[in-house]
Amino acid sequence: MSSIWIAVIGSSITAFLNKYIGHSVPERWLDRPRFKRINTLVPIVLLSALVGVQTFATKKELVIDQRFAGVIVALIALKLKASFPIVVASAAITSAAIYNLF
Amino acid sequence: MSIKPTNDAVSRTSLSVAFTVGLYGAAFGAAGVTAGFTILQTCLLSLLLFSGASQFAVVGIMGAGGSALSAIATATLLGFRNALYGLQMAPILKVTGLKKVLSAQITIDESTAVATLQENDVDRRRGFYLTGIGVYIFWNSFTYLGALGASAIGDPAVWGLDAAVPAAFCGLVWPRLKSKKQFLISAFAIILALSLTPLTAAGIPIITTVILAIIFGWRK
Repeated sequence: MSSIWIAVIGSSITAFLNKYIGHSVPERWLDRPRFKRINTLVPIVLLSALVGVQTFATKKELVIDQRFAGVIVALIALKLKASFPIVVASAAITSAAIYNLF
Repeated sequence: MSIKPTNDAVSRTSLSVAFTVGLYGAAFGAAGVTAGFTILQTCLLSLLLFSGASQFAVVGIMGAGGSALSAIATATLLGFRNALYGLQMAPILKVTGLKKVLSAQITIDESTAVATLQENDVDRRRGFYLTGIGVYIFWNSFTYLGALGASAIGDPAVWGLDAAVPAAFCGLVWPRLKSKKQFLISAFAIILALSLTPLTAAGIPIITTVILAIIFGWRK
């Protein structure tokens, strides 16, 4: 089995377990202030790291290219309270324009 | 599960959330194919994993050449919050057996958010199921369309798909940044991940930032 298949099946199983466990365990198991504080920060650090790596990394090298321009436009769109599809589309259009013109 | 298809505030909110979020599924479908997943693999992630941030993480990490293990670990950590949503919803839904399995599968950001906005348990249940099922239908349909569209494209950079993925992550993290401290932690995470990128295998720089969450979350 290819590693992509392992990732698809493995992450689907753990995702469901996460959801199902929440519905099944007594509240006091997960209802701890420290756990909740860390858990609020987990998506912030992981998603931020993904923003950084997906914007600047090409394999193991760090580069500044058309993706960075796209992300800047996405951040402006978010600042202006644009909806998700607009954010993604404006980044794609910006990046494509730079890539195709230069 | 009793859903009356009346045209009231709860169903309007649920459906508009479901449709808007569903559109985002097209970006995921395109991202999956761009990362080297087949249309089938991309659609299975939407059908089975069904949690946007985790799905983007899996295709992002695998596409960058990361190992399956780091993709699974990152997706799992991102999905912990769904466990907390389940905890919130269980006393309201009071379901068992197959209904519990189905309810668990649609326990995501949006269904929980719409449910918790309601005033009473009847509306909370309707908001949860309408939003959860609605997002499931739209998200999966648009994933397929996005994957189909992207597979017709040769070089993803020509269409800006290489920037669509980090932009999608921006859209996912933005609503979570509510304080100066959280913005700062976000910046630290980017710096840490980029510093590790030349030194470690792909995927490792992402998962390592969990250390920051533990350090900053340990004390108030």
